[in-house]
Amino acid sequence: MDLDLLIGIFPQVLLDGITLGFMYALIALGYTMVYGVLEFINFAHSEIFILGSFVGVEVLLGLQARGAMETWSPFLLVLVALLVGMLASGLLAAGVERVAYRPLRHAPRLIPLISAIGVSFFLQDAIRLFESLWRNSFNLVYPSMDAMNERFELTPTIDISVKSLVVIGASLLMLWGLYTLVNRTKIGKAIRAVAEDQAAASLMGINVNRMISLTFLIGGAMGGGAGVLFGVQYSLINPYTGFIPGLKAFTAAVLGGIGNIPGAMLGGLVLGILEAFAASYLSLLTGGAFGAEYKDILAFSILILILIFRPKGLLGEVVRERA
Amino acid sequence: MRTFRFRHALSALAVVVTVAALALPVAQPVDAQSKGTIKIASQSPLSGGQAALGEGIKLGAQLAVEKLKGNLEKMGYKVEFVPFDDQAKPDVGTANAKNIISDKDIMAVIGHLNSGVAIPSSEVYKEVGVVMISPANTNPVVTDRGYPNINRVCGRDDVQGVVGSEFAHGTMKVKSAAIVHDKTQYGQSIAEFFKADAEKKGIKVVAFEGTEEKSNFDAILTPIKAKNPDVIYFGGIYDQAAPFFKQAREKGIKAKFMGPDGMDSSDLTKIAGKAVVGMNYTSAAGPASALPKAKAFVDEYKKKFSKNPEPYAAEAYDAATIAIKAIEEAAKKGKVTREDVATAVRHTKLSGITGDIAFDAKGDRLKAQYFVLTVVSDDPAKWGDNKIIKQLTIAPPAAKK
Repeated sequence: MDLDLLIGIFPQVLLDGITLGFMYALIALGYTMVYGVLEFINFAHSEIFILGSFVGVEVLLGLQARGAMETWSPFLLVLVALLVGMLASGLLAAGVERVAYRPLRHAPRLIPLISAIGVSFFLQDAIRLFESLWRNSFNLVYPSMDAMNERFELTPTIDISVKSLVVIGASLLMLWGLYTLVNRTKIGKAIRAVAEDQAAASLMGINVNRMISLTFLIGGAMGGGAGVLFGVQYSLINPYTGFIPGLKAFTAAVLGGIGNIPGAMLGGLVLGILEAFAASYLSLLTGGAFGAEYKDILAFSILILILIFRPKGLLGEVVRERA
Repeated sequence: MRTFRFRHALSALAVVVTVAALALPVAQPVDAQSKGTIKIASQSPLSGGQAALGEGIKLGAQLAVEKLKGNLEKMGYKVEFVPFDDQAKPDVGTANAKNIISDKDIMAVIGHLNSGVAIPSSEVYKEVGVVMISPANTNPVVTDRGYPNINRVCGRDDVQGVVGSEFAHGTMKVKSAAIVHDKTQYGQSIAEFFKADAEKKGIKVVAFEGTEEKSNFDAILTPIKAKNPDVIYFGGIYDQAAPFFKQAREKGIKAKFMGPDGMDSSDLTKIAGKAVVGMNYTSAAGPASALPKAKAFVDEYKKKFSKNPEPYAAEAYDAATIAIKAIEEAAKKGKVTREDVATAVRHTKLSGITGDIAFDAKGDRLKAQYFVLTVVSDDPAKWGDNKIIKQLTIAPPAAKK
């Protein structure tokens, strides 16, 4: 076992894990906000995430076709893709709620859950159908931007790429924005009121349906933003790519304490870092007996342990407020 | 009691009617001149990340069937080509295979692309002895089981892996290698063949990892970067290798890249762009431009489908040609049976567009060809211009007794 190597790559793995963790955190917000308000798991959220990614790549490819790649700053390009992707995903999430969940709001718990799974499959294949007709291929690649791939060398073995910084920076900004919106504005107060007691909130003159739509819009927009950042970071996407990150983000939301916004952020980061370390270190520590493919075993074993001792998640009991 | 009996009779009647309805199309006499229909099937991924190669196999086989069906039609048979989409998934491939064996008109299967799909599917073909001629399955197991109906017109991974490691050692002069594979029967086994021979030649293997990950390779790349190998070998298919290599370059890894014939698709450069320019890959199917006899095929393919033939399209064309010749042979004896076709395929000798083809006792191609190529451009349209650095003709290893 190579101790120098283990220590040498530690900061790099940590950076990889943080980048991945922020991505999970952004997706996890969509699950946790909806759960906070409706106590319902929106299993279509992974497709809302990947739709953002597809809209982002379409925006970038469209701009590329008009020659914007050469003239625009890459940061502006990513910003435009990010905003359009967020808007599209947010609207889709609100639309899905209107069509598939609202009519079932008073049905037994399992019914909207099944509806969500149905929406999830529907969206996967709808995206596939559309892209197949439109581009004749549903595996799309984010155009590479050289400025995004530049790297800052911290030491000879450790460096961080501009796009990882963009991912981390954009995630922090979005998380901060959301936190402010929920905790410091009147709209946020109304959303929290609906989360606490729908009937009482409506008696206080809050339009419950509108607040629920807004929750889906915001959660969806966060997911869509994560989708664009995912594409910028890892480049290849297809309509089924969303499933695994979606599942991991759901796990992160539960880990942090579902319904709890800071919890989702923390859960995402913890899971991302655990996964990165498991994948990079397992084969080094076991001398190749367990490879990187066993990363999920380690990450999820730790997760199970945490949930045994803290069934409400990391922040589930400390902070009582729900989004 | 009476009603019961009445119902009983009614349901019995229903069963009879249904059975008759089902049996009718089969029993229906065909028109006087026709002796029946002969179908040739293809199985390859027509959707999903590997569809580019899979479609090439389908179109290559289709071209051969359309061009060469004349003789059989003169004999009075109707000839049809039926493409199946195996989605590069073993479960879909075997489900299709069950449909294929239950359609008695299907006399031959051209497929698959993935060894991991071909091996379980061929177990199904074996049940009824319908012949499979593979244009692309390089895993040794495909023919090593010694089934009389399974053949291939391409090379084998135990040879291809060694061709790769020999090139890495002899020509590229690498001292250390990191090996990554996709955990499929194809990718893992060729990676192991490469590894075994590389170690024998004194190349230090610093990492050997399997992964099913499709998008985020950070965690595998970070340790590889720290170990700084001379070459990274990816045993797998381009849809996974392309983002892997792209991210490796973006991470600042300077190693040279290598891979087996799974890299051989224009989609590799479409996804990875300039990251893979200069990369070497081995192949058991040369680019059509390297095959002197394939020029007419390339022109015809382009004219008909308005795109360049992907790798294995020419092999699929030859495979389908053999199938048709063998069916003609069997038809001369009278009624065409699957057994006769399978026997005839094993004995067919063809001067095909990919060279001379004959099979050994296991169904391996005698004198299969192996190539080492270099990616020359990041433009997917120029994939066919990839330079051949080495071309070898090697006989398959003798069957282990």
